[in-house]
Amino acid sequence: MEEFTSIGKRIAKGDAQDKVTGRAAYMDDLKVPGMLYGKILFSKFPHAKILRVDTAKAEKLMGVRAVLTGRDIPPIRFGFLKDNVPLKWGKVRSYRDEVAAVAAINPDIAEEALGLIEVEYEALPAVFDPDEAMQEGAPLIHEVDARGNPMESNVLPLPWKLVAGDVDKAKRESAHIAEDRLKTTWVTHICMGTMGIIAEFDLRNNLTIYANTQIPYLAQRDYNDALVAMGLKGSKTRVIQPTIGGGFGSKLDTYGQDYIAILLAHKTRKPVKIQFTREEEFFATSPRQPTIINIAQGCMKDGRLTFRDVSMILDNGAYASWGATTPSVMMMPISSLYKVPNVRYIARCVYTNNTWSQAMRGYGNPQATFGIESNLDHLAEQAGIDPVEMRLINSNIPGEVTPQRFKITSCGLKECIEKVAESLDWESKHGRRDGRGVGMASLIHVGGGARVYKSDGCGTIVKVDDFGTVDVFTGATDIGQGSDTVIAQVVAEELGVRVEDVNVVDHDTEVCPWDVGVHASRTTFVACNSAIGAAKKVKEQILELAAGYVDIEKDKDGTKREIKLDDDPGNLVIRDREVYSKRDPEVKIPIGKILRGSHYRTGGKMVMAEYFYDPDNENLDREFKGNLSMTYAYGTHGVEVEVDKETGKVKILKYVAAHDVGRAINPMLLEGQIYGAVSMGVGYGLTEQLTFDKGECMNPNFRDYKVLTAKDVIPVEPIIVETVDKDGPFGAKGIGEPGCVPSAPAIANAIYDAIGIRINTLPITPEKILKALREKEGKKSE
Amino acid sequence: MKQKLSFTLNGDRVETEVEVHWTLLHLLRVHLELTGTKEGCGKGECGACTVMVDDKAVNSCLYPVMELEGREVLTIEGLADAEGNLHPIQKAFVEHGAVQCGFCTPGMVMSAKALLDENSKPSEEEIRTAIAGNFCRCTGYIQIIEAIKAASQGR
Repeated sequence: MEEFTSIGKRIAKGDAQDKVTGRAAYMDDLKVPGMLYGKILFSKFPHAKILRVDTAKAEKLMGVRAVLTGRDIPPIRFGFLKDNVPLKWGKVRSYRDEVAAVAAINPDIAEEALGLIEVEYEALPAVFDPDEAMQEGAPLIHEVDARGNPMESNVLPLPWKLVAGDVDKAKRESAHIAEDRLKTTWVTHICMGTMGIIAEFDLRNNLTIYANTQIPYLAQRDYNDALVAMGLKGSKTRVIQPTIGGGFGSKLDTYGQDYIAILLAHKTRKPVKIQFTREEEFFATSPRQPTIINIAQGCMKDGRLTFRDVSMILDNGAYASWGATTPSVMMMPISSLYKVPNVRYIARCVYTNNTWSQAMRGYGNPQATFGIESNLDHLAEQAGIDPVEMRLINSNIPGEVTPQRFKITSCGLKECIEKVAESLDWESKHGRRDGRGVGMASLIHVGGGARVYKSDGCGTIVKVDDFGTVDVFTGATDIGQGSDTVIAQVVAEELGVRVEDVNVVDHDTEVCPWDVGVHASRTTFVACNSAIGAAKKVKEQILELAAGYVDIEKDKDGTKREIKLDDDPGNLVIRDREVYSKRDPEVKIPIGKILRGSHYRTGGKMVMAEYFYDPDNENLDREFKGNLSMTYAYGTHGVEVEVDKETGKVKILKYVAAHDVGRAINPMLLEGQIYGAVSMGVGYGLTEQLTFDKGECMNPNFRDYKVLTAKDVIPVEPIIVETVDKDGPFGAKGIGEPGCVPSAPAIANAIYDAIGIRINTLPITPEKILKALREKEGKKSE
Repeated sequence: MKQKLSFTLNGDRVETEVEVHWTLLHLLRVHLELTGTKEGCGKGECGACTVMVDDKAVNSCLYPVMELEGREVLTIEGLADAEGNLHPIQKAFVEHGAVQCGFCTPGMVMSAKALLDENSKPSEEEIRTAIAGNFCRCTGYIQIIEAIKAASQGR
């Protein structure tokens, strides 16, 4: 067992004191002198021509400083396919389309002014079902693409297709095949702190943005592009992040409100803030995208998987954000969860007049895994094989190269499955059909970064002051997950100081080095490896300064004693804030003393270093193959449920979440990630849905959108499996998303085990269970 | 219409002018610039704005300012002692991993305080009930409940 001083310790989150005292300032708490308040007028139709917008009355209202419509703005385009503009002109394509915006001296006046803007629409035929939207003659959502080329259908021009092996041949040779059609719906992130932005220009037209973004450096580039479109070439953008009240993927893009704030700020020459209300947060931010999943899997007599064949339709909504790219991540579980030699996956994203979707914790993985793991239980039943056995037979193993060319390094999947089965007492509990049941589902996710952009890098600067305290400037973003803490831990471990000596600075593009953003569960892996790289360089510098260092120490009786460190830096170590000679541990000098010495002598120097870590992973190639991540995170969730046949209510009696995390850098924060993710995953499985009626959000509030409360706490028992990955920082893998991936199928499988009914549409509400029970009873009595 | 209002806030006497339609949350956040109390929904659904009025936890976003006359208000800013030492509940939240993004934390801590003031040894069920109106999206509540238990047991 290695001896660590900081790694593996249950250390409190770095900013927790500020948060429990109310000192932490979130977007909603920020004010800039002279600031105006921006408000957006959203569309009243899901699909309509804009015939006329009259802003005259709004402009005359006292306190209004600017009103903007789509007519008044330069051609700024944004989104993954650049198919979106900040304020619409010509037509609207969804209820969340921005039609006009106001800046006023307070939010009430801004709101009042919105009511004075007259908009005349001419309704157009709309389409809300992706199946219907694909049919010939369906109303076109976009007549032309971003380049002005005509669009011939509502299917997005994205070639999501992965083929490995020969699925048709494997189908013919399979002993058993199970087919299913499943559906998932919209759920939303529910960040407790809503989206907000302040835009401010200085006299040289340089832009300062305060925003709770997850991608400060990519957003900086988007905003710079907007400045060019505004004719402000050469202007710079600085992005400052306040404390962020939750992310979960919602802030991985730049949005209409960002550009509207920038345009209003430029027009008024005043800082402008747009802060979403809770209602806006519900209907005007991008939820997880709905899917229709057709899946078939087959196996040999002995249970070995032969193929997996999946086709999917995604309701993209009216515009393309990262939601349209989630099939690239769905390919991961489809190709590489369990050993499956032949794989085919086709996904079509379809424009509709619904809200448009975005990444959300898991980035498509929860939807795909719901399909795979529900269908796998179905297949196991057909083959007459126990679901645990089925999973063990097909478990991934270290050293494997998957059909998508993922190189599996460390892999604790087998151990996760076994531990969950044991904890659930599977053998005695499974298969009783007495209203109680057990189910399980596993997951694979990227655990060692993910090269979705050309770079998967993160920079770090480490600077040590002359008291021996350490400032770490990181590109990483803390959204509550605790990157501020784990980065401090790895730096403390590497440098031989204490965690409390390390100050992590992570919120300002003007100060911190570059990073691609907090996504793909990459921050612990990438940012910690980066921080370790910089800390190693700093350690070398300190040891060089320390080599041969002479200190005079006074004993209690006043006699002076000379202490001299070894002349060879290779013979020195730093531990608990002191530099030691390896040969004689009694000879030691505090780091602070050595550092002060370096500042107060001729030819003195700063002790600081930078490091850019870009993992050696690969972009997916044209066939969507390649080693996307340095390592992969695995896990298995097991659940025991009780289903009330009178009410259809599902009660979770036990929930076990086993995760291969590489190494637990901070078990307390790690458990927090698992608890929180499971709570979100169970909500996805049982209670949560954002409902839309003809494109209109029907439940934009906490009363009607059912997040789990403290009364519904899931009794999660985490099981931490440490495989100590060779490339991970001290062996760690990412854990941000995995915990919410397998919850829904694990629950669906447990419900099936309890009552023999499989619900293939999420969420699995009591109504659906009752309806299915009645249908089953009806069939019996016929 | 402006009216005079006097009440006690975190132990200090406050005399101020308010609009009669203001909520306590508006008074705290906008007028008095005490932004430790958060607005999560503004409709009394999420509990992020929880403060204590005369020893009871209330949603300050629904609480009319004119009801405050002569009452005692305690907000998250008033919980640590005069030397800045954290209240045992705050300490327990820090030490038990009950804080992630932290946006719900001030309201959650105030609900816990109201509970423990009234019932110093609550059962887990009583803890869950006391914070049932405080939504948290990060933690799954487990470490929050653990922290409140720890605070009640002097751990």
